[in-house]
Amino acid sequence: MANDRLAGWGRQFQPGRELLTEDLERAPRVLFRGLGRSYGDSALPPAGSPVVVTTTRANRIIDFDESTGVLRAEAGLSLKEINRTFLPRGWFLPVTPGTQFVTLGGAVAADVHGKNHHVDGCFGHHVTRLKMHVADGRVLECGPDQERELFLATVAGMGLTGQILEVEFPLRRVPTPWIWQETERVPDIDTYVQKLAEAAHGWPMTMGWIDCLSRGKNLGRGIVMKGRWAQAHEAPTQFPAEPPNLRFPIEAPELLLSSLSVKAFNVAFYWKHLARKREGLVSPWTFFYPLDFVKDWNLMYGRRGFTQYQCVLPREAGPEAARRFLEVLTSRGGASFLCVIKDCGPESPAFLSFPKPGISIALDIAVRDGTQQLVDALNEHVIKEGGRIYLAKDSYTRPEHFRAMEPRLEKFLDVRLRWDPNLTFRSAQSVRLFGDPA
Amino acid sequence: MKRHVILGGTRGMGRSVARKLVERGDWVALLGRDGAELEKSAADLKARGAPGVRVTTALCDLERPDTFRPALEAVEQALEGLDVVIVTAGLFATQEQLEADPSLAQRVLSVDFANTVLFCEEARKKLLLRGGGTLCVFSSVAGDRGRKPVVLYGAAKAGLSAYLEGLDHRFKSQGLTTVCVKPGFVKTQMTEGLKAPPFAGEPDEVADVVVKGIDEGTPVVYAPPIWRAVMSAIKAMPRFVMRRVKF
Repeated sequence: MANDRLAGWGRQFQPGRELLTEDLERAPRVLFRGLGRSYGDSALPPAGSPVVVTTTRANRIIDFDESTGVLRAEAGLSLKEINRTFLPRGWFLPVTPGTQFVTLGGAVAADVHGKNHHVDGCFGHHVTRLKMHVADGRVLECGPDQERELFLATVAGMGLTGQILEVEFPLRRVPTPWIWQETERVPDIDTYVQKLAEAAHGWPMTMGWIDCLSRGKNLGRGIVMKGRWAQAHEAPTQFPAEPPNLRFPIEAPELLLSSLSVKAFNVAFYWKHLARKREGLVSPWTFFYPLDFVKDWNLMYGRRGFTQYQCVLPREAGPEAARRFLEVLTSRGGASFLCVIKDCGPESPAFLSFPKPGISIALDIAVRDGTQQLVDALNEHVIKEGGRIYLAKDSYTRPEHFRAMEPRLEKFLDVRLRWDPNLTFRSAQSVRLFGDPA
Repeated sequence: MKRHVILGGTRGMGRSVARKLVERGDWVALLGRDGAELEKSAADLKARGAPGVRVTTALCDLERPDTFRPALEAVEQALEGLDVVIVTAGLFATQEQLEADPSLAQRVLSVDFANTVLFCEEARKKLLLRGGGTLCVFSSVAGDRGRKPVVLYGAAKAGLSAYLEGLDHRFKSQGLTTVCVKPGFVKTQMTEGLKAPPFAGEPDEVADVVVKGIDEGTPVVYAPPIWRAVMSAIKAMPRFVMRRVKF
């Protein structure tokens, strides 16, 4: 059989096969998978029926309204295709995650968020209609004002409520295809959190990177980044060049990821930003999708792969919550090339949508013998703080921990069960976290 | 601006080729046997196309040669002319399926050879009447040598490749450019379920190579191009080796 192993972006392989089809409506009744950029086991099949349907060939635009920007397309269309087609015409996604290698169906299923979350919410917030194939065989439409419960369970529902066939949402007019960016080097985590909060008032897009290896007074030093679409008088008239197509060549030996190399990377990244403050025009590819410059960068993590840990610490936990989290992390020797911090805006009504007001922290963790224990410890801390984790990144959280973080879970499972009483649509993740039959 | 007709442009590699063409401003007519699919793909092309692009469709079924001429005439009228005819449609089945089912074998052999040739004959006449044009047809690397996994399918494609070469020799001087595309393994719905070999291609990269081949009038295009070297090696293998290997 073709492709008898499947993995998420974290390259933790397990038995599985993908069916490639252009006709989603006639696809087998199993979990849909997009471009496979969720890090963990969200887009992997249950062990007992190891097949998923990959939607990437179902990528037609159904309709685009040039006057309103409303786009309707098949679920396998990628954000990259949308940007390539519509940014030259002055339109951009209302919300984009940090990679454009995501399908529309995946963006809805994970309810992705981006640098503008504090202003614009998640992707699902902008969706006006979904066309779905549900477990009883019906093909139907849902949206904020139609089959609302199904809609709220499907947005951020990780593909478990039915198959998403088409997605409708408005693109947004942008004044130019360029970004005006301001970046600032900050000495420690408390300043960082404060700067990020200040930036949220004046800037539609914010995020930043911190060095999560430095300890003591340098703990959490990093770079805060702020951006907005450039106005016509500030920007060049030409279209920003697409990034070159680089590829990470091989599965790296684990030696490459020694704590020394991670440390060196973090120090270099921090001091590369010599001036305390910088500002200027950057291309949207650099601003939104820096990691897309190197295809297959996940090979850097070698044979055992990696996991991403992303949690949100609620505003009620106070501005010191980020420092407490980093202390737990560094005390356990957690090393990460990238530690991305962003403050989140209001929670979505979608039952399992990840962000809520507070600070989101994301870090890449190379899989080693102690990874389960590290994730357990971080989860226990996050539960104490009243936070939660992001399913699109996860492959190590224990079901009891997830339940403790997610009071909305019962509601989600209720609605899901109503639409799919036999649990037709299951994933390796739903087996692990929700106790679905394998 | 050129006016292209694509038989098979709703799916797979044909879909990718059609998109490249409308994005740069060419006009496209889609031919196919499923009206609803034609409409959906036409909407996709209109949304992606450069301003002013014209997209039209007509029903045409490779299993029904009587549909060929009316379809070509309809789209020639709608596009007010015709410069390029592209055929990406075809039937595929594995050697095992074809051996087990003679009626399936008959369908595949008829569609991929006889009917495709008949369609090309109609297209050739039209293009020659207009003073010339380009005929671009998807054959396959499977036609380059008789091999175990593609005995029947490969035979049909070998016949098709030979026909296209003959057309080139006979009509080039009258203005007909013939482009024979030989895709290697490309990951589309057609090849779903088959084990992807090394050098498996994506439809979009194949489309880049094909459009370039059409623009330059390349007689034989391997896509992705690495397959030219792969097939040279396979063609050079002695028979006693071919009897042993699995490919």
